[in-house]
Amino acid sequence: MSGAPAPRPTSAGTPPAPAIAAAQPRRGARIDWGRLAMIGVPYGWLIVLFAFPFVLVLKLSLSDRALAVPPFRPLIEWERGLEGILDFLAALDLESYTGRLIQNPIYGEALANSLGIASIATLILLLVGYPIAYAMARAPRDWRPWLVMAVILPFWTSFLIRVYAWVGILQPDGLLNAGLGALGLVDPAAPPRILFTDTAVIIGIVYAYLPFMVLPLYASLERMDHTLLEAAADLGCPPWKSFWLVTVPISLPGVFAGALLCFIPIMGEFVIPDLLGGPDTLMIGRTIWVEFFANRNWPVASAVAVVLLVLLIVPILLFQRAQERGLGAHR
Amino acid sequence: MASPDTAGGAGHDTAGGAGQSPPPQRPALGAVRRAFAPWNDAEARPLIRFEAVTKTFGTTRAVDAVSLDIHEREFFALLGPSGCGKTTLMRMLAGFEQPTSGRIVLDGVDLADTPPHRRPVNMRFQSYALFPHMDVARNVAFGLEMDGVAKPEIARRVEETLKLVQLAGFGERRPDQLSGGQRQRVALARALIKRPRVLLLDEPLGALDKKLREETQFELMDLQVQLGMTFLVVTHDQEEAMTMSDRIAVMDAGRIVQVATPSEMYERPGSRYVAEFLGDVTVFDCTVEALSEGRAVLRAGPPLDASFVVIPDEPIDVGQAVTLAVRPEKMRILHADEAAPAGMNTLSGTVWDIGYQGDWTTYLVDIGTARRVRVARANVARIVERPIGWDDPVTIAFAPEAGVALTR
Repeated sequence: MSGAPAPRPTSAGTPPAPAIAAAQPRRGARIDWGRLAMIGVPYGWLIVLFAFPFVLVLKLSLSDRALAVPPFRPLIEWERGLEGILDFLAALDLESYTGRLIQNPIYGEALANSLGIASIATLILLLVGYPIAYAMARAPRDWRPWLVMAVILPFWTSFLIRVYAWVGILQPDGLLNAGLGALGLVDPAAPPRILFTDTAVIIGIVYAYLPFMVLPLYASLERMDHTLLEAAADLGCPPWKSFWLVTVPISLPGVFAGALLCFIPIMGEFVIPDLLGGPDTLMIGRTIWVEFFANRNWPVASAVAVVLLVLLIVPILLFQRAQERGLGAHR
Repeated sequence: MASPDTAGGAGHDTAGGAGQSPPPQRPALGAVRRAFAPWNDAEARPLIRFEAVTKTFGTTRAVDAVSLDIHEREFFALLGPSGCGKTTLMRMLAGFEQPTSGRIVLDGVDLADTPPHRRPVNMRFQSYALFPHMDVARNVAFGLEMDGVAKPEIARRVEETLKLVQLAGFGERRPDQLSGGQRQRVALARALIKRPRVLLLDEPLGALDKKLREETQFELMDLQVQLGMTFLVVTHDQEEAMTMSDRIAVMDAGRIVQVATPSEMYERPGSRYVAEFLGDVTVFDCTVEALSEGRAVLRAGPPLDASFVVIPDEPIDVGQAVTLAVRPEKMRILHADEAAPAGMNTLSGTVWDIGYQGDWTTYLVDIGTARRVRVARANVARIVERPIGWDDPVTIAFAPEAGVALTR
C-alpha cells in the first residue's frame, strides 16, 4: 500500500495541533481586590442605604423627646471623646416602647386597622390581578409586550396626581356616583358617601398597587409550560379542573411574590389614606407621620417604625423560605 | 409460549454460560411478532383510520390529505424530517388540533366532536410534561384520579405501573429530583396507567443519550407486546423507527410518501426520497437500455458512461429514466488488481476517504462523478493482510439484485 496519505482538501488530514501553551503561572493566595470590589458594591449599598438609616432610627427610638432642636435627647458629645459616647449610650432607654406605645391603644388600633386594610386590599388585588395576568399570559405572543406596557403605563404619571384623580371620581357628585345613578343603582338625590371612608382607601390602594400584583403573576404564568395543560387534558382533566390542579399551584410563587410586594408597602402606606381616607381612617403610616410632624415626637414615631419593620420581617422570611422550597414539595 | 417457535429464542438465552445467573424471564415474543401482519388482511378492521385528513395553518398545509390505517396492537411510526406534519397528525389524534377537513375514526367512532380529555388515547409528550408540583406517584395517578377510580385501587395500580417501568420505590420523589432517563419512565408510566386504546409517543427517545436510547427502544418494544397495546410513535430518527416499529409511514411536506415494514422500506424503497431518507445510499441517474428475462440493463450517461444489470421490482420500459440506488453495505470494495466475481456490476475509482467505525469501515470512492460512492465493509477479521488505504485504486462490485431501480 502507499505510504503517508497525500494532502487533500477534505478534513481527512487535520493540521498538527499547535504547541500546548505554557501553563499560566499560578497565583498565590493574594487578596483578589477586583473580586472584593465586585462583592463589596451590593454590601456597601446595603450598609449605606439600609443598615445605617436603620441604626439611626433605632437610636432615635431609644432617645427621649425634648423641646429643642433637634427634638430629642441625648446627643453624642463628640468633643468629650469616649466619655461622651459612653454617657450617650447610658442615657438611651426603652421608654418610647414601654410608655405611650403600649399605654395608648391608638397605636395598636392603627396597626390592627392597617393589617385589616392591607389584607383586604391584597385579597382584592389577587382576585382582580390574577385574571388580568392570566389573560395577558394567554394573549398572542406579539401582543404581550404591549399589554405589559399598558400595565406599566400609569407609572409615567405622578402617583400623587393619580390618587388625586380618585378624589374627583369618588366624591359624592363624582363620576362613580353619576355612573351608578345613571344605571339606577343608587339614588342620585342621596348618593352614598364613598370618599373619606375605608372603602375609598381600599379602592385607591387596589388601583395604585395593581401593577405590582399583575407583573409577578404574569411572569410566573407566562413561564408556565403550556404542554402541562395539554398533558392534563390528555389524562382526562377538563379545562376548568386543570386550572385549579395545574395552573394555580404552578403560579403560587407568583401569587406569593405579588401578595408580599403589595401587602408590605400597603401596611406602611401614607399618601392614599391621607388623601382618600376619613379622619377616622387610622393607618400606621399616617400615625408615624402625625407623631413626627404634628406631635414632633420623633422617638415614639421611630419606635412605631421599628415595630412595623419587625412585624413585616416575619412574612418576608416566610416568603423566602417558601421560595427556597420551590413551592412544589407540598401536595 | 410453549409453541415450537419459541425454541430458538430460548436457545439464545443459554449462550451466557453455566456460571452466570440467567437473565430475567419474560414471555417469549417471537411467535407473536412473526405472525403479526394485520395490514395484509383485507378482512381486518383498522383501529385508527385517518380519512383524507388535511390541516392548514394560515396558508401552509401542515398535513395534506393523509389517509392511513393503523391496526390494533401495531407499533406504528410516523417518520419524517422536522416540519413534515407528523407531529400535527399525532396531535390531531390526541385532540389538540382539529383537522381542517377529513375524518379521524377510532374504534369506528368519528372523533371530531370528542374533546381531548374524553379521547381514549394517552400521550407521552416529547418534553415529558410532568407536573413539577406533584411527586412521581401523584403524576402517575393523575389519569386515574380524573376517572374517579377508588383510592386503594389507584395506589395498587400506581405501584404496579411504576414497577413495570422499573421505578418501584420512586413514588415520593419529585420530577426535578430524577435523571432524564427516570423522568421519561415516569412520563411513560403516566401515559400507560389508563391502558389507552392508543399510546402516542412524541419523539420518545429524543432527549436521551445513545446508550440509554438503545435500552429504552427494546424496553418499549417489550412493553408494547407484553401489554398488547397499540403504539403510535412520532420520530425523525430513522434508526429508532426501524428498530421499534411493525410499520413505518415516511412523511414529507404533509404527505405520506410510503407505508411499509422497516425491512421492506429499506430494501424496496418506493421512491428516491425514501431511499435517501432511510439510511445511506448511492444513486445513479440512468436510462433503461434493454430488458430480458426479468433483468434490465441500465445505462448511466457521462461522465460515468457505465452499464449496470439489475433485477427491477416494478415494471419499467426501455428508454425510461430511472434512478439506480445501491446501499453501501451491498457493495464490495476490492483492490483494482483483484478480480471481481463473475456477473457483478463493477466500477473503478480511487479511495477518497476512509471512516473507521470499529464494527464497520466506510469508504468514499471517487469514480469521477460529482457525488462519491459510499461503500461499507463489515470488519469481520481483526487483522487484514492488505488493507485498503487512501488514494488506492479500487474496484467496486455489486450483484444485480443489490441495486434498486426507482421510477420515482
